[in-house]
Amino acid sequence: MDQKLQELWGEVMEEKKQCKGCGGALPFLIGFVAAVIAGWVLFPNLLYSKKVQPVRFSHKVHQEQGMECASCHVFRDDGSYAGLPNNDKCMECHADVVGSDPAEKIYVEQYAQKGKEVPWLIYQNQPDNVFFSHKAHESFECKECHLEVGKMDTPPVYYENRLSGYSKQTMKMWQCERCHAENGVSNACHVCHK
Amino acid sequence: MAHGATKEFKVTWGMVIDLDKCTGCGACMTACQVENNIAPMVDASNKMRTLSWMLVFELSNKKSGAEAEVAYLPRPCMQCGNPACVPVCPVIATEKNEEGGIVSQVYPRCIGCRYCMAACPYHARYFNWEDPIFPKGMEKALSPSTSARPRGVVEKCNFCHTRFMQAKDKARQDGGNPEGLADGAYMPACAEICPTGAISFGDVKNKEHKVFDLAQGKDAFRLLEKLGLNPQVYYVSKREWVRKLGDNYAATGKPGAAKKHS
Repeated sequence: MDQKLQELWGEVMEEKKQCKGCGGALPFLIGFVAAVIAGWVLFPNLLYSKKVQPVRFSHKVHQEQGMECASCHVFRDDGSYAGLPNNDKCMECHADVVGSDPAEKIYVEQYAQKGKEVPWLIYQNQPDNVFFSHKAHESFECKECHLEVGKMDTPPVYYENRLSGYSKQTMKMWQCERCHAENGVSNACHVCHK
Repeated sequence: MAHGATKEFKVTWGMVIDLDKCTGCGACMTACQVENNIAPMVDASNKMRTLSWMLVFELSNKKSGAEAEVAYLPRPCMQCGNPACVPVCPVIATEKNEEGGIVSQVYPRCIGCRYCMAACPYHARYFNWEDPIFPKGMEKALSPSTSARPRGVVEKCNFCHTRFMQAKDKARQDGGNPEGLADGAYMPACAEICPTGAISFGDVKNKEHKVFDLAQGKDAFRLLEKLGLNPQVYYVSKREWVRKLGDNYAATGKPGAAKKHS
């Protein structure tokens, strides 16, 4: 038995010696590049699903009409933020088709006239345990935190994390904390969390 | 203050509960459960596992016949000035850092070790033994004010903190000062609903707030004051036996130990 084992061991060692040429800079480089591609390209593509808005809403067209962000995105009387406008607001102009854009026709026929609200995807949706006050941040320009959609004809693609269900584009806690720290605002937990 | 660890705030949210007005009806407990999304228990008779951020205790003078008296004592989180729960937390899931002095609890950060529960002498903290289950239809009535807590984390009263945030937003909208809210602008659910007006709430450091005088009245006391935790919840009773129970003989082991105000 012992002899057999020793023979086997000898064979293994010989194979190892033959393999010496396998190492070196090139295989490392290939492995490194493969790992980088997997980590930076393949995995993020797997992790996030891409979604498009149910209606191709053009912020650009509306801004060219002289409208401002606050024309549609309003504060309520109690200081809370209404966020996206609902049909009541949109139908002030779009109760019927007024333009030639096919996207408008889709909105009017499939949503407004049926009394159905558009299930917009919200890029900046925060988790349940966050209390964000737009009122407290009123002095900032919208685009300092939000995607600059005012110049976009087509709404940007919405990336949804397949595991958490959250938007990729939402503001992260470290960004909130950094801005608070730089502006000398408290970073106590309860300032943002509920 | 007797203890140096107390952090000073410009505004100190405090509650003053008049025990002579409290009828023990439990409306505060119900309002609290609705406001803070506390799911009904499958078996609420198991008092080791129930969650009640606000809990009404029955006090008795232990006498019989015509001399027998009871009092009811609602117990929220005391939001101690020098909290016992905060330094024991290994993950800083709870802290007393925000202006107003409310002790925060961040559920996603909590690891469920329950040191804070062991440290709190008021038993104001609760552990989620199960995931919350809301009966069909009730999930539609959930409040957006409080985030849901999963199994395995500790939770407690936070003076309906979201109402504080909303009051500040309202003040900003109306051009007021969010750092100096008017009396009554911010009211937790229990104080708002109390039918006899036993629960008052406000800034105990602000002379314009009703609680400023109430907290300094001669019949005002705090629970287990001798421990030096400096609670922000005050109780008022004209009955001496009730006031004595508040101390629970902590210092001397004898009933009626002298009370020292800070």
